[in-house]
Amino acid sequence: MPSAALTPDDGATSVLDAHDVGRIVDRMAHQIIERTAKAGPGVVLLGVPTRGVPLARRLAARIAAFDGPAVPVGSLDTTLYRDDLRLRGVRPLGETVEPPGGITDRLVILVDDVLFSGRTIRAALDAIRDLGRPRAVQLAVLVDRGHRQLPIRADYVGKNLPTSVEQTVRVVLAETDGADAVFIDDKVGAL
Amino acid sequence: MTRHLLSAGDLDRAGAVEILDTAERLDHALAGREVKKLPPLRGRTVVNLFYEDSTRTRTSFELAAKRLSADVVNFSAKGSSVSKGESLKDTALTLEAMGADAVVIRHSYSGAAHRLAEWVHGSVINAGDGTHEHPTQALLDAFTLRQSLGTLENRVIAIVGDIAHSRVARSDIHCFTKLGAEVRVAGPPTMMPAGIEALGVKPCFSLEQALAGADVIIMLRIQQERLDGALFPSVREYSRTFGLTQRTLGLAKPDAIVLHPGPINRGVEIASDVADAEPSRILDQVTNGVAVRMAVLYLLTGGDKA
Repeated sequence: MPSAALTPDDGATSVLDAHDVGRIVDRMAHQIIERTAKAGPGVVLLGVPTRGVPLARRLAARIAAFDGPAVPVGSLDTTLYRDDLRLRGVRPLGETVEPPGGITDRLVILVDDVLFSGRTIRAALDAIRDLGRPRAVQLAVLVDRGHRQLPIRADYVGKNLPTSVEQTVRVVLAETDGADAVFIDDKVGAL
Repeated sequence: MTRHLLSAGDLDRAGAVEILDTAERLDHALAGREVKKLPPLRGRTVVNLFYEDSTRTRTSFELAAKRLSADVVNFSAKGSSVSKGESLKDTALTLEAMGADAVVIRHSYSGAAHRLAEWVHGSVINAGDGTHEHPTQALLDAFTLRQSLGTLENRVIAIVGDIAHSRVARSDIHCFTKLGAEVRVAGPPTMMPAGIEALGVKPCFSLEQALAGADVIIMLRIQQERLDGALFPSVREYSRTFGLTQRTLGLAKPDAIVLHPGPINRGVEIASDVADAEPSRILDQVTNGVAVRMAVLYLLTGGDKA
């Protein structure tokens, strides 16, 4: 098994394994079913590339498996809406795919792997404004590592991970990296 | 990516693919959405500096810049200080002093874009210089072909017309050969540059030879404003030997695609019924032009100022 992604760099600590990730996704799917039951139909999941997209697909699959409603999945690239685009230079764009039926008057749940400064989510909220007008927007993240720079919080949190700012949290998923795991990297790395 | 886009010859395969991929993402990002605008060039200024007439290229660049939220200044030589004798350099420096982050230039002299790039600090994008190059046209052609064929790898592309004087042909040749296509060029001997093989293409001296088994046919416009009829006896004779009709189209593969950079001379290089028929992707080219130019503007000016 061990793929390149699973072999941690020096100083990396594995905090969640594939089994943990599976259990957490199941729990989040249950929470979404519970919290949106009253909201009625019209829930859509919008994954933020790269790893938010497979996470959103998994959540939708688990929600369906637990007899929840059928939830359309889309993806929303935030690159062009980032406030650090000019500081950090041009980056390749991710894929934006509107969920079937659009997002207007729906309950949109944004899905991302790690919640850190909150700037990606702010960019996502700006991007949503150009796509349509959802009834409400919620946020689901696999890992919340703290250190917010904006007044943003998640509605569904898979795991709260206390970290220092210098550390790097790395989520790997089977769809993108060959296996599921979460690492904390002690050496200063790229965001 | 470098700061300027002056010629398709400067692009390597990876650079071309980066632009095409970015264009595809931008195209998808804007498809079917309520607000057809993206924010990355907010507060940037793009100048369209056009010394030659143009409808589609200028509007396409303008729309592309506006969809990326840039401010656009359109400058055409007619009705400007150019008619008072202002030089290209002085015009460029004036526009730069007004804070242009990117200058899109079309000029009747080959090499004008290269000269401009030496004078200004912003990015320069060549929108056609004389008989030299028109790189964004080649990129949008490649984008349109990729959309229909999936890949250009090993596809047979025939470019027909005035190869010697066509900036579209030159840019197309550079771009397509880098993307792995087999390129044939065809036209009357007076319109075929000597040594064209050096660019990695196969010269053909009859339409039949060029079209046999081709996946793609690119018909070039006969630029009646650039020639004085010196290169072929009559337009009628040209259209009989090198014009694309339903009959000659039948020589290519059954599902062959037809492109034309526009504006079309109906009945000269292409028959009306071919231009309007199913295999023609001429209007897709116009649509895709906006996405490709957005990608170029974003990649050149979206990041930090150089």
